[in-house]
Amino acid sequence: MSGSVTTIIWYLGTAMELAFVVCSIARKSFFRYFFLNLYFLLALGFSVARKLALSTFGLRSAEYYYAYFYTDALLTLALYVALISLYAHVFGELRFGKYLRLIAVLLLLGTALFTYAVVAQSTDRLSTNFAYELSQNLYFVGLVLTYILWGAVLKLRETRTRVVQFVLSLGLYFSAYAASYALLNLASRYSIVYFIAPMFGCLLPLSWTVTMWRYSEDSRLVPAQLVAVPR
Amino acid sequence: MMAALIFVFSVATLLMFFVSYCRSLMAASSRHTLSREVRDVTGIPASASGRDFERVMQLLRLCPERPDDRTGLQAVGIYYGILNVVEKTVAALVPSVHMWAEQERAGCANFAIVLLDRRIAFSREILAQQGEF
Repeated sequence: MSGSVTTIIWYLGTAMELAFVVCSIARKSFFRYFFLNLYFLLALGFSVARKLALSTFGLRSAEYYYAYFYTDALLTLALYVALISLYAHVFGELRFGKYLRLIAVLLLLGTALFTYAVVAQSTDRLSTNFAYELSQNLYFVGLVLTYILWGAVLKLRETRTRVVQFVLSLGLYFSAYAASYALLNLASRYSIVYFIAPMFGCLLPLSWTVTMWRYSEDSRLVPAQLVAVPR
Repeated sequence: MMAALIFVFSVATLLMFFVSYCRSLMAASSRHTLSREVRDVTGIPASASGRDFERVMQLLRLCPERPDDRTGLQAVGIYYGILNVVEKTVAALVPSVHMWAEQERAGCANFAIVLLDRRIAFSREILAQQGEF
């Protein structure tokens, strides 16, 4: 039962990722949102690589273990780059893109060094634990950065519907993922919690695809209507 | 303890992003000018109230679905459900929350009316295409 549920979620997620790339090519926005597309292309490639590793070496093999955690760390990095590219879209007109990239690289290196320092003290399986911990820490950094970006969207009165909805979908994704990881720690005896994170994984490509398909680049909205409580 | 803290923080941000996401969906459809047909069908002359949402949803179910508005409608439907819970609990004690929730529910109803208008136009297009053959 759990195997078939996992397979259905895997197929759904892969189809959604492919749909986003196809949709952005059809809407002639592939290069405008290149890093979002790159993330999904990598996700597609890694999904296939993981399936191959699983069918060749088996679930409990070291090869599958390494393939899973290293592709996961690389994907988290790619999502981090996609998030920074959204920062570049929002702050693009303010001419401090150069500083933005520098801060992003410093933050990434800082997270990697912090993770290395924590893992090096406590484990004998440094490499896989490092990949796992780096993913977790980058998810948390991602959530905080998305929260800050949302604040900037409101402050700068961003009107582009696509950019606004991409940022919000990413915020939803990071929050849901962080919540599901915490739930996994709190209630690991319930089998349903193991399916929550992969299910949320399908929502990001779904909402991005809907946004890409439904709205054109020229589509605008009224920024004041985004604030839940008017000031 | 740490996991519980992260859980509470992430659920709070999840809720905040979800509310903003639904508001962005509603804001994106707010510039749509309603046709006379949809005003006649719903009996709503200018702007809807929160109570109209369920009635408009019933009308929406009678029209052929447009594939690209399903996700948005589901999200706003969940938001409307959350607002109903707020209305029955917190809003009963705090009048300002009651006013805010009612305003948001009206926004949900307006979003649904815009979708109804689009679905009516979509049905007309389908009928026109069938008439050509």
